[in-house]
Amino acid sequence: MEVAPRTPVFEARGITKTYRMGEVTVPALRGVDVAFQEGELVVLLGPSGSGKSTLLNVLGGLDVPTSGTVRWRDHDLADPDERLLTRYRRDHVGFVFQHYNLVPSLTARENVALAAEIARAPMTPEEALGLVGLSARLDHFPSQLSGGEQQRVAIARAVVKRPEVLLCDEPTGALDAATGRLVLEALCKVNRELGTTTVIITHNATIADLADRVLVLRDGAVVEERTNAVRRAPAELAW
Amino acid sequence: MRALDAKLLRDLWHLRAQASAIAVLTGCAVAALVGSVTTWQALARTQAGYYESHRFPHVFAEARRAPREVAARLAALPGVAEVEVRVAGYGTVELGQGGGAPVTARLIGVPPGGARLSRVHLRSGRDLAAPGEVLVGEAFAEARGLGPGDALAVVVHGRRERLRVVGVALSPEVIYAIRPGDLLPDDRHFAVLWVPEAGLAAALDLDGAFDEAGLVLGPGADERAVLAGVDRILAPSGGAGAFGRDQQVSHRFLTDEIGQLRAMAAVMPALFMGVAAYLISLVVARLVATERAQIGMLKALGWPSLAVAGHYARLVGLIALGGAALGGAGGLAMGQWMARVYAHYYRLPALRFEGDWAVVGLAAALALAASLLGAAGSLRRVLRLPPAEAMRPEAPLDYRPSLLERLGLSHLLSQTGRMVVRGMGRRPLRAALGTLGLATAVAVLVVAAFMGDAIDLIMQRQLADAQRWDLSLTFTGPASEAALAELRAIPGVRAVEPRRAVAAVLRRGHRSVRTALLGVDPGADLTRLVGAGGEVVPVPPAGLVLSRQLARTLGVAPGEEVLVEVTEGRRPRLAFQVAATVDDLVGVAATVSRAHLGARLSDPGVITGAVLAVDPARAAEVEARVARLPRVLSATSRGALLVALRAMLDELLTTYMAVIFLLAAGIAAGVVYNTGRIAWAERERELATLRVIGLTRGEAWRLLAGEMLALLLGALPLGGLLGAGFVAFTAATAGNDLFRIPAVVAPRTYAVAALVTAAAVGVVALAARRWISRMNLVASLSTRE
Repeated sequence: MEVAPRTPVFEARGITKTYRMGEVTVPALRGVDVAFQEGELVVLLGPSGSGKSTLLNVLGGLDVPTSGTVRWRDHDLADPDERLLTRYRRDHVGFVFQHYNLVPSLTARENVALAAEIARAPMTPEEALGLVGLSARLDHFPSQLSGGEQQRVAIARAVVKRPEVLLCDEPTGALDAATGRLVLEALCKVNRELGTTTVIITHNATIADLADRVLVLRDGAVVEERTNAVRRAPAELAW
Repeated sequence: MRALDAKLLRDLWHLRAQASAIAVLTGCAVAALVGSVTTWQALARTQAGYYESHRFPHVFAEARRAPREVAARLAALPGVAEVEVRVAGYGTVELGQGGGAPVTARLIGVPPGGARLSRVHLRSGRDLAAPGEVLVGEAFAEARGLGPGDALAVVVHGRRERLRVVGVALSPEVIYAIRPGDLLPDDRHFAVLWVPEAGLAAALDLDGAFDEAGLVLGPGADERAVLAGVDRILAPSGGAGAFGRDQQVSHRFLTDEIGQLRAMAAVMPALFMGVAAYLISLVVARLVATERAQIGMLKALGWPSLAVAGHYARLVGLIALGGAALGGAGGLAMGQWMARVYAHYYRLPALRFEGDWAVVGLAAALALAASLLGAAGSLRRVLRLPPAEAMRPEAPLDYRPSLLERLGLSHLLSQTGRMVVRGMGRRPLRAALGTLGLATAVAVLVVAAFMGDAIDLIMQRQLADAQRWDLSLTFTGPASEAALAELRAIPGVRAVEPRRAVAAVLRRGHRSVRTALLGVDPGADLTRLVGAGGEVVPVPPAGLVLSRQLARTLGVAPGEEVLVEVTEGRRPRLAFQVAATVDDLVGVAATVSRAHLGARLSDPGVITGAVLAVDPARAAEVEARVARLPRVLSATSRGALLVALRAMLDELLTTYMAVIFLLAAGIAAGVVYNTGRIAWAERERELATLRVIGLTRGEAWRLLAGEMLALLLGALPLGGLLGAGFVAFTAATAGNDLFRIPAVVAPRTYAVAALVTAAAVGVVALAARRWISRMNLVASLSTRE
């Protein structure tokens, strides 16, 4: 079942990130070194304010570090050139957000098409929605879908372009356990079937059991790293 | 269809109420622009076409008596393409029914086969064919109910001749038919008549001679050289100075009117466009704030910032173009209607209205540009919004105690009041913009309604303050002061004041105006010079008092000199000092002390007319007596003046302003609706929270209504000020020789504008009750923001 880790695709060295809020500077990352292998499923664990979202934003090219180096293959993600970052996100990264961020005025199929239209070799929105088990809900608007269904539409939107990297920020944060398991099922299926390097942020320690590797962050630094000998299936998780 | 296009259309549908309100506003702006521009274009084109088809001359000349042979010498002047000479003069008309004020007639001789220049345009009947026939100008014919088959008598130089009306006609030279020396047209007492030339020449003692000439110039002709040449040739024949179209009374008035329309075409549309742009800025700012997370998501997906901003720009563009389409169609209809009203007033045959698509296109482009400009700030925010920022909720707003609280006055405010005041204090810019929006609504209503005040003031100044006579007489020629005694002796006449008018060209540098010097006695009570503010300008013992408009035309200021070329009698050229100017509102005049004028002309004691104060009970009797005096050429009654003034102001101003008022009301409604809608959207979440906590609908509503009330209270004084500013601008741009628009706004007008706006806010506030009742508390709170 497991996809064996191969070469590192992400490499971050000594990255820091400081936000300036008026006269106060808030350090979000204080020198993080991480590397992710291709096809790996990594969970970033930590309380809120630990810097995991900031790290995810940097990996996804949504934000650039204040200092340090970060690369994805031959892309320099520390370069603040917005055009290059946009191209990186567009060609290689899929995002799943805690609050789904679906466009309420578009149907499930159209929300997915939003990503497919600007991708180089996408699957069809129908395929992507099939992958997350929503073939029967193609033409429903977000307001007609349950929270779990909305999050699965968001996953379909993230994977429709066949991204090499899938970054998920608290994907089950707004969901009950049963629905959350369905969503995690969909993420594991994508990771398994498409070999997508997947990073999931959560503060729910139980979810860490389905990862290849777990990084624990606190106060902007990685304080613990562990590798799971066995990845558990989402159905086995309970919280 | 692309997914983003689907979003665009559905967003538009979702925003339909606000989008429609903005589209209607944009439409009003486009309609006002298209309507005004196509109207003046149509009039300018109609004027040009009329001149062309009826061969309106470029140069006009008058002489006392010039031999016919001189015409050939005029035709030989370089640049002259065609010359026609004719006989023309003044007489009085006697209609079948006796009594009433005498009617002055301008008589124009028509050669057998018709004139070549200034051809008449028949409205009914037929051309002249035999002696004893007459064509009557349409304005007079309508005022007196005359038509083919009717009879009238004309008295010229004491000779009375009966004439039969065979047709009703128009001519490009008398589009604006006004009796010389009058400020306004008086269709009942001034007639233009075309009669066979031979008979008229005999009556005027001009057999074998002419007293008027019209010249058509060839392309590239030097008009100044021609004018000089004509003056040289006609000097021995008592030439009164040749002049071009710019000094021809009818042409000048019509051209002024068209020019004024053109000036007005700029003010209102600019105002409307600004308001539309402002509303767009509000709505798009709101939309972008709401869709912050979606914008971030799109960027995170890899959509380029430009494409995302473009999405919102297209939304704005669609609204603007929707409005432009609406406004374009409405504007063309409006232009056609207004042009027809003007063409009817000026009796222009064959109105040439061409709904110019270029104008519609330009207006649409302006609307689009204004809308995008309004949205520019928000679009820039979309461009700059970093995708990661967009994924985070907006930082909570920085609340501070309001100024009232800091001053220790918080006990004056209820809990609701404090929330309203703090809410506005935390976003002062937004509160200021809301206030400004409502203020604009007040201002457009003030601008639209102030014309009524202006008309009232014009009537007051002209008829109550300046012209205080009941009857104004013009004599057939110069008379001695002895005539005054004769007038005073008429029973019912309470006072008589003499006048002396001298036809002249006023010249300063290269600028000149053909007008008359009016000599009145200093201290005269029946004719006074009154400025717009009601101040009486005394006639000085020496020197001229010019209407400010006339001084502006001549480019002369008090203390400076103008050259007066008298165009009658011995035709002296005299330098007069300008003693003062008066910012009167109707017509233009050059007034001088009669004694001073007589001294400069070396013929003191001469009068050419008089004004009378009459016992109202005996007015008809006096008018009838006066009409029988052989010396009296014309008499204008105060009533006739009032009718003429009303007619002109109503026709020319009220039409335009009625249209503008409708559009302004539309704007005010749009602004108020959008302001309320946005205040609601801003507070929806907060109100939902309050409702969840346990506030009643009424309490939540008071919060929203309180904010709208606070915006309104700020808007009323600001709107008054803005309105006064727009009024001053309109008044400054929309004056001509015929009348000036005083920048006055009656308190009543401010009150009406304020009440209409307040009522509109009240209606929207009531609608807000329904918005609150229908609010889905769970959905309002779960929106992530």
